[in-house]
Amino acid sequence: MPIIRLENVTHNYGDKTPLCVSAIKNINVAIEQGELVGIIGHTGSGKSTLVQHLNGLLAPTEGKVWIDGEDIWKNKKNIKNIRFKVGLCFQYPEYQLFEETVYQDIAFGPKNMKLSEEEIKQRVLEAADFVGLDRALLAKSPFDLSGGEKRRAAIAGVMAMKPKILVLDEPTAGLDPQGRDSILEMILHYKKVTGATVLLVTHSMEDVARVATRVLVMNRAQVVMYDTVKNVFAHSEELENMGLAVPQITRICRELNRRGLALEEGIYTVGDACAALLPLLKKGVG
Amino acid sequence: MNIIEYKDVTFRYEGEDENHVLPLTIDGVTLNIEKGSFVAVLGRNGSGKSTFAKLANAIHLPESGQVLVEGLDTKEEKNTDLIRRKVGMVFQNPDNQIVATIVEDDVAFGPENLGVAPDEIRRRVDDSLKAVGMYDFRLAEPHKLSGGQKQRVAIAGILAMQTDCIVLDEPTAMLDPIGRREVLSTVLRLNRERGITVLLITHFMDEAAQAQRVIVLEKGKVLMDGTPRGVFAQPQALRRCGLDVPQATGLAKALADSGIKIKTDVLNEEECIEAILAARKE
Repeated sequence: MPIIRLENVTHNYGDKTPLCVSAIKNINVAIEQGELVGIIGHTGSGKSTLVQHLNGLLAPTEGKVWIDGEDIWKNKKNIKNIRFKVGLCFQYPEYQLFEETVYQDIAFGPKNMKLSEEEIKQRVLEAADFVGLDRALLAKSPFDLSGGEKRRAAIAGVMAMKPKILVLDEPTAGLDPQGRDSILEMILHYKKVTGATVLLVTHSMEDVARVATRVLVMNRAQVVMYDTVKNVFAHSEELENMGLAVPQITRICRELNRRGLALEEGIYTVGDACAALLPLLKKGVG
Repeated sequence: MNIIEYKDVTFRYEGEDENHVLPLTIDGVTLNIEKGSFVAVLGRNGSGKSTFAKLANAIHLPESGQVLVEGLDTKEEKNTDLIRRKVGMVFQNPDNQIVATIVEDDVAFGPENLGVAPDEIRRRVDDSLKAVGMYDFRLAEPHKLSGGQKQRVAIAGILAMQTDCIVLDEPTAMLDPIGRREVLSTVLRLNRERGITVLLITHFMDEAAQAQRVIVLEKGKVLMDGTPRGVFAQPQALRRCGLDVPQATGLAKALADSGIKIKTDVLNEEECIEAILAARKE
């Protein structure tokens, strides 16, 4: 059974007015437990609207959202539990820190879950460890942290609720390459330890190439592809026509292939490209 | 000729009170930005890149040392208006820098404040929007544009003030791939065709590879300063300060490390492809 299933989901902004627009239209998709899905699409393609349906921040105008086998709007009173099950971390989450200490900020979610003090403490410490935040920082004001630390603290606040589904909107935007790598590593680590399903909304094809197991492509309010990373990046021209791109390495391999080196479609990391090229470049081998 | 000169500049942000003195954010920077050049500034988060940029048009003033814009000292208040007319800034978030409800009004905002005559404003607005490829959108509402289009409108707003130098602080961090490409190609074109000096702060190594010069900041100091080819030839030094090399460079290096005889000082896709094809013939 898929952990997320969207059935004919449409969301209209300004419904029943002359300004009505469908931000997402007739979406059908099923995501299995334990996947790490990269969600890509041009600005305005409906990515954010889509993910806000997963924890009931938005209700579909039409269609049904199933999380963990449950129609989340069947019992409206239940929606709060869905928010604990599906953790949503918005873009630039560091702007949403508000408590007096980092500890209190991370504890905000678990507190709302009405957990015991003991359990809350454990959750906070565990989440701080997940994001590699030094425990000494927990007593500080979030505003005294560096930009990278703030981002980690904000993500820890979502992880502390131990959501079965973790959704992150552009978690690496504005970070230097090392900061990017370490955020991606910590997401992989969280997934490995908790077995959570992770959805990563991003404009970075390189991030998708590095961590995703599958890619969901949105274009003009619709899901146009949902497939493995390799299969999606094999459609480089279609992606480019949708305002997207493939990683630089994929473009290089495609052009080499056109110019006579037999490389398969959809190579998307430097390591894979190197491995595929070595036998073609080494004399007397292959 | 230099358009901006940093002379032994230091800068620090103010702490809460005199007991909390923060460390220097810019720590003894001396360098010149040549008129008409395209310079990329790299460095990890917190290395001082944005502060460095804001010193260029008197948003920040040095604690010690001097910043000169075409010879004008940024510390002298009477120079501020003139300096900001020479050096314009574009920021990261496209939604925070558009003020009007129609594209052409937004572009006209700068020259209007300078008291430029109406028909001259008209001419400048049209010219600037054409220069960034947004003329067809002149009557559009900015909130209906994509991120890349909004950033190009912001750039047009600066051109309309007839600035000589544009400083862009991570202008593509929030954009999708096409938006990134639109903004970068616009900036490159303005530099080549109009001789506008460009100071581009970025975390994207492939963008920096397109500049003429790359400056790497670390802890408020200049760690590297050279051509992209020279800077990206030092992947280990770059990784030590939180950076990386473009994937094209990384691939050539990885192949060389595996024993392939290949040219490694490649910067972009084309050069990488040529190097691999040449290595195959070896």
